[in-house]
Amino acid sequence: MKISMTVNGEAVSGEVEGRTLLVDFLRNDLKMTGTHIGCDTSQCGACTVHVNGMSVKSCSILAAEADGAYVATIEGQANEDGSLNVIQQAFQDHHGLQCGFCTPGMVMAATELLKHNKKPTVAEIRHHLDGNICRCTGYHNIVKSIMAASGQDVSSIAAE
Amino acid sequence: MPKDSGIGASTKRVEDQRFLTGKGRYTSDINLVNQTHAVFLRSDVAHGRIKSIDTTAAAAMPGVLAIFTGEDFAEVGGNPAGWAITSRDGEPMKEPKRPVLAHGKVRHVGDAYAAVIAETVEQACDAADAIVAEIEELPAVVDMSAALAGGPFVHDEIETNQCFDWGWIEDNRAATDAAIKNAPHVTTLELINNRLVPNAIETRASTADYDPGTGEYTLYTTSQNPHLTRLLISAFVMGIAENKLRVVSPDVGGGFGSKIYHYGEEALVLAASKKLCRPVKWTATRSESFLTDAHGRDHVTKIELACEKDGTFIAFRTDTMANVGAYLSNFSTATPTFLHGTLMAGNYTVPHVYVNVKTVFTNTAPVDAYRGAGRPEATFSLERVIDKCAHELGLDAMEMRRKNFIKPEQFPYVSAAGLEYDTGNYDALVDKLNELADFKGFEARRRLSEADGKLRGLGINTYIEACGLAPSNLTGVLGSRVGYYDAATVRVNATGNLSVMVGAQSTGQGHETAFAQVVSEMLGIDQSSIDIVHGDTAKIPFGMGSYGSRSIAVCGPAVVRATEKIINKATKIAAHMLETAEADIEFKDGQFSVAGTDKSVSFGEVAFKAYVPQNYPVEDLEPGLEETAFYDPGNFTYPAGAYACEVEVDPETGKVTVENFTAVDDFGNVVNPMIVTGQVHGGIGQGIGQALLENCSYDDNGQLLSASYMDYAMPRASDLPFYTVDHSCNTPCTHNPLGVKGCGEAGAIGSPPTIVNAVINALHSAGHTHVTHIDMPVSPARVWAAINAQ
Ligand code: FES
Ligand code: FES
Repeated sequence: MKISMTVNGEAVSGEVEGRTLLVDFLRNDLKMTGTHIGCDTSQCGACTVHVNGMSVKSCSILAAEADGAYVATIEGQANEDGSLNVIQQAFQDHHGLQCGFCTPGMVMAATELLKHNKKPTVAEIRHHLDGNICRCTGYHNIVKSIMAASGQDVSSIAAE
Repeated sequence: MPKDSGIGASTKRVEDQRFLTGKGRYTSDINLVNQTHAVFLRSDVAHGRIKSIDTTAAAAMPGVLAIFTGEDFAEVGGNPAGWAITSRDGEPMKEPKRPVLAHGKVRHVGDAYAAVIAETVEQACDAADAIVAEIEELPAVVDMSAALAGGPFVHDEIETNQCFDWGWIEDNRAATDAAIKNAPHVTTLELINNRLVPNAIETRASTADYDPGTGEYTLYTTSQNPHLTRLLISAFVMGIAENKLRVVSPDVGGGFGSKIYHYGEEALVLAASKKLCRPVKWTATRSESFLTDAHGRDHVTKIELACEKDGTFIAFRTDTMANVGAYLSNFSTATPTFLHGTLMAGNYTVPHVYVNVKTVFTNTAPVDAYRGAGRPEATFSLERVIDKCAHELGLDAMEMRRKNFIKPEQFPYVSAAGLEYDTGNYDALVDKLNELADFKGFEARRRLSEADGKLRGLGINTYIEACGLAPSNLTGVLGSRVGYYDAATVRVNATGNLSVMVGAQSTGQGHETAFAQVVSEMLGIDQSSIDIVHGDTAKIPFGMGSYGSRSIAVCGPAVVRATEKIINKATKIAAHMLETAEADIEFKDGQFSVAGTDKSVSFGEVAFKAYVPQNYPVEDLEPGLEETAFYDPGNFTYPAGAYACEVEVDPETGKVTVENFTAVDDFGNVVNPMIVTGQVHGGIGQGIGQALLENCSYDDNGQLLSASYMDYAMPRASDLPFYTVDHSCNTPCTHNPLGVKGCGEAGAIGSPPTIVNAVINALHSAGHTHVTHIDMPVSPARVWAAINAQ
């Protein structure tokens, strides 16, 4: 079937099978490989994107369900001049990533959190990330990065 | 002022720009023109005889291009073990074939016995469903004791299920036995080091591309060491000439050991690509990863500690059964032996150590090195039995460790397990830990917890590990079938910027930043003009990849040596340019100057001259500025550390929460403190995962019960605390030019015993002194059961 949607502000369309997942449409049809696949049970959050402003695991919805939707992915997060946005920059500054595989999902999840909760507590951040698995960082620096991105003082959280 | 570039600076990572914007390039992100897709058919029984595989219907389905079964690879060598181990009686280890696709028999759930290649993944899946295989299920063996007791045989020809029965050091055995027999006190502990799944978030993936025009193969694959993969495929598995096979590992989304090894899927896609003359791509699902990635740990151990009544150690004796699963993986024979037995003296001046390891085949996925590889198993046994012993003798657990520490003035120190530790200061680590973990304030915190109905426990641990896998001389004696060293090429381009080709392969450790810091420091040029090139056998010199914290400890010195050669040659060129003798040239901050004058040329000018060698003494000096060094060190490196944590146990439910965690490590010199600290965080996260949550569990029939993230408890952000990490107590390694030791595994080694010691301590505080051990994962059910077992 034919579907169309807006991805990071661009109108796109494609021909998909009924069983095609949104994540596969993004990765295979649109060649936007920034959104990752880390599992097959919708547990890891590596595939997190925003659909109509809501954080969604793109492996858990069909591409056809996103027909007509506004989709935002990691590729559309940087500032217009290509520089890292506040959240991305905080991840770099506080070493919130290692292999980078979970990172797109983490950034998308953090973006949604900070949209609704401008100054989350550590506990709120950890709770919000329950759908995103990182195997590299032990989460310390991810939580710290999100605190810093929200403008909170992170100097008391153990250095680096 | 902290430095902002060069060695010792917490330079921000250059790779982050692409990872944070979705521009990372992982294996599965690569799509080749005209590519096809492979899907594997995997056994759903743990043990079975393949009677027939009917592919007729599947072959006729839409999009299907080829179907392979074990028969197609019957002549192929199969995947070898990288280390040959000899049993105590002198017998070589039993080494069954590990075929590309199972042939005759399947030996674990997930064992692949057929593969379908089709135009799309969906078509391949549909066709795989249509293959009819008749597999006669055989009784399976999962438990190691049952396997050794004559259970069903995983390999018909190995009628013991034992790979080897290894003793270390066999000459110490009698003396250790006698010492234990005569000792005033002996503590015995039986424990399990639980089986884990490495779970890199990027699953394994491989794409092969055969070029019939040149006869060359390219394999894109998720690997921690592309050169070793090439070597194994070429020399053992497929016989492809090494120069006709290029292995590329682009960005790799974590490995933790599981991507060190060569796997059958890599050989399959290569063979399929040749047959079809089209690229063939395979990406594992997470379920496939659970079933087929090499698992970690899985030891059942009895350890004894003999000591004087005052806690002075006399002997450690260990009996371990180590599961290797159904087939030998590349390091699976080295992990329970040389990476485990040789560390069984810990940080201590214990006179007698003896280790026996029986390695057992079972109908489970292959087990191999996982973060720390053998050292976590050694440390866990030692540090648990020491805690138990201290309790039995009524001694302070930390004081007992201190009493037995090797002292700074005793280095270099040859341990009773046969390694020569070059340097260390374990008391300093403990002093620092004391300060950071605020042991003094613990009792007050315990009272607060108690007021809240919770039991608070303090756990401690010290560890030592051997890192920097090399040297070839030593690993050769220990049974390695390959050399261990690393290599680097520094190529100075005509415009003065550099490409540095390294044999180490990043799986997220930030090599592009850290190696560039080293070169930048040495040459006094800006890091932004240095590119680190890795992960492609066509571009890099030979290299042995990254595992065992060998990147900066073995490849780092190779980079140093190659850069020194660059400086030497550049000095000659500068001397020519400045019309003076080489001995008069001084090199500092990127400038070559004539000593005592203001005459100088910059590094960039020298580079340019090397490539535009006009008016150049070509008889005495070659043009160009490119140097390679291979580095094979004299010894392992020996990082060490002291860890502490406090846990709260809810006595009503048995749930354990980690309240704080402090790690003090000695990594020698540190190139990038930010990256090093991040490595420790990640290791602690995995160690706490092992201690409290993770467990790879098979039922008696060999079905994997924990085959998805719904059943395998991966640590999530809310399971873990912030960590306090310190590396101020460094004693630089004495035998490599950077003085580095390696940091990648420390956290995973030091944390599991710390957590379990803390839980036991918490239970004892409430009088549950009958609980002397709880096996990992220390789940609420196990804690509750232990508390209520009185
Ligand atoms: S790939 Fe979507 S949650 Fe894991
Ligand atoms: S950075 Fe590797 S999984 Fe999170």
